[in-house]
Amino acid sequence: MTARGQAHGDRAAPFRAALLAAYALISMAPVFYMVVTAFKLPADTAALPPRFLPGLSAPENSLWFRFTLGNFRRVLSDLETLRYLFNSVFVSVISTALSVAIGSLAGYGFSRFPFRGGRDALFFVLSTRMLPPLAVAVPISFMYSRLGLLDTRFGLILLYTCFNLSFTTWMMKAFIDEIPAAYEEAAMLDGHSRLEALLRVVLPQAAPGIAATAVFSLISAWNEYAFALTLTSTDAVTMPVRIHAIIGDNSGVPWGPLAAASTLFLLPIVFFGLMMRKHLIRGVTFGAVKG
Amino acid sequence: MSAPQDRIRLEGVARKFGATIAVYPTDLAVAPGEFVVILGPSGCGKTTTLRMIAGLERPSQGSIHINGKDVTRLRAGERDIAFVFQMFSLYPHMTVKENVAFTMLAQGLPATEAGRRAVDMLRRLGLERLAEARPGALSGGDQQRVALARALVRSPQAFLMDEPLGTLDGSLREEMRESLRDIHNRSGATTLLVTHDQEEAMSLADRIAVMKDGRLIQFDHPRTIYDSPANLFVADFVGSPGMNILRARREGEWIALAGLDLLLRVAEDGDVEGVTANKGPGGECRLGVRPENVLLSENGAPCVVEHTEALGSHNMLSLRMGEGFLKAWIPAGIRFNEGETVRVTFLPSGCRWFDGVSGEALPWRTLEAACRPTR
Repeated sequence: MTARGQAHGDRAAPFRAALLAAYALISMAPVFYMVVTAFKLPADTAALPPRFLPGLSAPENSLWFRFTLGNFRRVLSDLETLRYLFNSVFVSVISTALSVAIGSLAGYGFSRFPFRGGRDALFFVLSTRMLPPLAVAVPISFMYSRLGLLDTRFGLILLYTCFNLSFTTWMMKAFIDEIPAAYEEAAMLDGHSRLEALLRVVLPQAAPGIAATAVFSLISAWNEYAFALTLTSTDAVTMPVRIHAIIGDNSGVPWGPLAAASTLFLLPIVFFGLMMRKHLIRGVTFGAVKG
Repeated sequence: MSAPQDRIRLEGVARKFGATIAVYPTDLAVAPGEFVVILGPSGCGKTTTLRMIAGLERPSQGSIHINGKDVTRLRAGERDIAFVFQMFSLYPHMTVKENVAFTMLAQGLPATEAGRRAVDMLRRLGLERLAEARPGALSGGDQQRVALARALVRSPQAFLMDEPLGTLDGSLREEMRESLRDIHNRSGATTLLVTHDQEEAMSLADRIAVMKDGRLIQFDHPRTIYDSPANLFVADFVGSPGMNILRARREGEWIALAGLDLLLRVAEDGDVEGVTANKGPGGECRLGVRPENVLLSENGAPCVVEHTEALGSHNMLSLRMGEGFLKAWIPAGIRFNEGETVRVTFLPSGCRWFDGVSGEALPWRTLEAACRPTR
């Protein structure tokens, strides 16, 4: 049975590789084009056929474009953009830390203390994720304006934390479910408090799950556009809103600077993803690989 | 009525899970230094009982006392109890040494001192070489040894062990059993161990508490449990194989066995007349007799040999009598062929009587066994 499965796997391997390659090509092509465009002069960005290869000169009708760092220079010298990039980092990181921390506690509670209506409560938590953000954008902006939270980073942190909480609670519950209660019971029998047992015994074992949850939460906060657009104006603007603003009016899209800003926007999350890659793979396959 | 000589005492402790009763009100007392084994099939409530003593489960009623102090309301960590789990209890993200030391950190010991004592304990158990290893790299036996080290290092009021050898196999099990008993003897600790393995219970325990369906059925010394089971369940569950159980019925002043031409004369407190108050409808009762008390005898009743199983030191003889079966230990030298007829009788002092309906043990003494004259 095992041997047959193995042989089957071997025969299918080339097809699988081809399929993955095709998928990677399709999904990576826009990213590649964005990065390439970030190094182009305005003339090359609009050239047809498109030019893919960086060079020192750009001959007519070739694949070569003239390599420049001008777009990055322009974006990075714009203090506004830098400030908004910082806003993005600040808001995403803090809200992720908060939602993962609270989600871990909530997930632990749901996992270890079954209570009447617990499943309903869990579904209710998730249901907050189900409505489209714009449906609540108006009431939230109204509340925020009354509370003085409009255009503040704190306001965004609060909102992103709440929105990601449903997701982090569910994920952390699933991960903690996989950890036998005997571990923390052993710790509590030794005289450690439940909180100590959670922090020093349960959570270290849930590290891959925490990493996976944090990555998803961070990406979600990092990419969030609708609320950032409606709730911020000058101080707390985040990168997605800023990038959209670069597109500007109808005087022509500055593709180069737009691509450079997008690339810069992409880098931190890619870096974080790579850092967490080991945990992430373990995290998203947690439990699935056991059978 | 406080009894400070008891290390652990349960008074009417019961546990309900919703509508199901896991443990009926139970009394149990464990003396200091005693090794008590709670024995029973899975689902009998033995683990729940242990977890209630540990404080991992709250009793629905009753009270638990440790060293004469009522700990029913105390948290697990406040009871000064060490618990060895069946598995999954060594912290996988810590080394063996850290695992052992971690238990002492809760007692407020500085980390260096805790580490020193941990290494000390590992050395005493011959586990020093594993100090820096992670639990995942250890064999099952070593993991349980480390779990024991972790329990021992604190010198608690009592050790509670939930099937600590359950995941180990064969020879390792026996080896660990010996080291468990050895550790218990040397540390002078009080141990309460839960198992479904009657052999383990027999070899480890000072006293065995047999549980079934949430009830404590018998709590006594292994020898007594083996020789005088409180009911048919214990008779069958304890011993490998369990007691032979035969249907029996009163016939005048003798008791006749179903399927076997053997008559037994019994007395209750030396008074044969007492037995005439028949138990069960029509005086139905059961005879229990251990395989070692089934004797080959010229004057015995005939049975047909099913097969002989050679077990080294002795042979196990499986006999058919009517619809029933009978197992007997016989000396290793003797062999019988299948289908051969042998004659057996029972050692009177090895006969135990049980009520035919309730299955409870009857206080009858067997005076003699005789073969029924051929009709």
